[in-house]
Amino acid sequence: MQKHAMASSSQAPASASSALEPPPPVPAGDERLANISPMARALRRPEIGALLAAVVVAIFFWTQNSLFLKLDGIANWTDVASTIGIPAVVVALLMIGGEFDLSAGVMTGSAGLMMGLLATELEMNVWVAILLTLLAAGGIGFVNGYMVMTTKLPSFIVTLATFFILQGVNLGVTKAVTNQVAVSNIDSAPGYDSANRIFGGSFWAPHDFRISVLWWIAITAIATWVLARTRVGNWIFGVGGDANAARNVGVPVARVKIGLFMTTSLVCALTGIMIALRLASTQAGQGVGQEFQFIIAAVVGGCVLTGGFGSAIGAALGATIIGMAFIGIQFSGWNTDWRFLFLGVILLVAVLVNNYIRKRAEGARR
Amino acid sequence: MSTPDQTASARPASGDAPLLEVRNVSKYFGNVVALKDISVGVKAGEVTCVLGDNGAGKSTFIKILSGVHRHDDGQLLVEGKDTHFASPRAAKERGIATVFQDLATVPLMSIWRNFFLGSEPTRSIGPFKYLDVKHAQRTMHDELRKMGIDVRDPDQPVGTLSGGERQAVAIARAVYFGAKVLILDEPTSALGVKQSGVVLRYVAQARDRGLGVIFITHNPHHAYPVGDRFVVLNRGRLMGDWRKGEISRDELIKMMSGGAELEALEHEIERVLHDAPASP
Repeated sequence: MQKHAMASSSQAPASASSALEPPPPVPAGDERLANISPMARALRRPEIGALLAAVVVAIFFWTQNSLFLKLDGIANWTDVASTIGIPAVVVALLMIGGEFDLSAGVMTGSAGLMMGLLATELEMNVWVAILLTLLAAGGIGFVNGYMVMTTKLPSFIVTLATFFILQGVNLGVTKAVTNQVAVSNIDSAPGYDSANRIFGGSFWAPHDFRISVLWWIAITAIATWVLARTRVGNWIFGVGGDANAARNVGVPVARVKIGLFMTTSLVCALTGIMIALRLASTQAGQGVGQEFQFIIAAVVGGCVLTGGFGSAIGAALGATIIGMAFIGIQFSGWNTDWRFLFLGVILLVAVLVNNYIRKRAEGARR
Repeated sequence: MSTPDQTASARPASGDAPLLEVRNVSKYFGNVVALKDISVGVKAGEVTCVLGDNGAGKSTFIKILSGVHRHDDGQLLVEGKDTHFASPRAAKERGIATVFQDLATVPLMSIWRNFFLGSEPTRSIGPFKYLDVKHAQRTMHDELRKMGIDVRDPDQPVGTLSGGERQAVAIARAVYFGAKVLILDEPTSALGVKQSGVVLRYVAQARDRGLGVIFITHNPHHAYPVGDRFVVLNRGRLMGDWRKGEISRDELIKMMSGGAELEALEHEIERVLHDAPASP
């Protein structure tokens, strides 16, 4: 579906430019550097595939149920997309930096549980609980990054260990403290109302868009700006593309990567806090398995698994596609189990398209 | 924003201390003696060629000079002062730029991003610093033009350039950032004759701008035309150190392949030279 969309749309810019632009002047310099066609230039954007796929998916579900593209419908799927998209954007940054974080999903659960337990069992103000939770998440991210950098083990393995450790702690601690597998009644804690307004509430009254959508847009914008227009962004591409080359020109590789792990944990924790506040409760199993949705969103958005290439907007678009699929399948009246099939197919297509784009970008000589 | 400071690095009075010098430097990896008692220096406006066959210790030598490895014995002097580099970044801050053979550029990144990686020019609005992309792209374009490469699309990934062009990007980058000492690791080894010539011309150009150049190579034909001083390494030890005029090209070739060992190989080398009269 994605591939097809790309091929058909690529015709337009190529033919338009040949009609409008005068022929390029005779090159004075190196004749071996061929001119870049607008199509190749567009294909070089990591998120182009995801953008086209998002349009196709939106139109498809709209044909099934016209509510899908009305404001109420959009509020529905942006809700799902935002809670996948916020972590997916930072997971994308981490992947561009050449690393994985498999503990990203379970971290959303850990954060919700920790905040909930602090607020309900220790009767802390919710804001204090949030602050402590974010500090703890930053610490876990630091441990992830520090272990990866000092052991030089693949981050896949290190964060898989973190994943299971957190999952165990989530279940064990929650059961021991509450005698249940959930933390509930967070809304009875002091400071809940103000915190929920910022992190869990909704806006635009009749349609009730989730406040998390605004967070999602803001985090995507910041991440995009960091990647495209800051030194750190350049370093992220550098350490992911070739850590040795980056180190040789003076990029502080370990600091960049550890910073990325910490950001990932922090933002995932923030997502978990949003979910917990909104529901006023958190299940002990919350977030388990979602790390793959984040990674799928990032990959669909053009992130290359080996690092050095990708975009934050792409990951946000990837999350949009997943959100649209989850809600669209419901709207269409199909069994929701089909969404996993959809996820698998879209991931496979994205990987194939990315592989093709990356080969073009790296050139045949590599 | 960093700009090259050419006046500061240009031509200090001759007879000054070398810009970069090692004295009796040794390096061990466990039981392996990678380098033993090496003494080499480079002055401003000079090209010191470090020659050696594979396994002679050239790579270890560069890594010590550029701050990747720390030496175990001896001294490393920058403008006469004993120094230990904590990291490649520290070496770079002292004006020592290294262009590594394979690790010079990141293929998936665009040319301008590569050019400025680690030394990005920024502007700021209040507390926010952001990349000065226009300046970066224009500078990269101008600097590469000086090397005879016309980049039409600054967003082109470096991976689409040829090996020689990638070397050019890395050399132009080092020269632009006001390096006092330019260390080139086998810059011509993967290049054709014509592109090697271009790179050698750029080596000479850097020398004329007052840089000290350390040119590491296994090819005496590339070293001889641009070198002022020739140092030959063999199995981690210093085989000899000559100024230009003290040694002929043929003698250099002899020394490189291990002096006495050469007698047995002479015939073969004669044939190689006859077959491929390399004139860079």
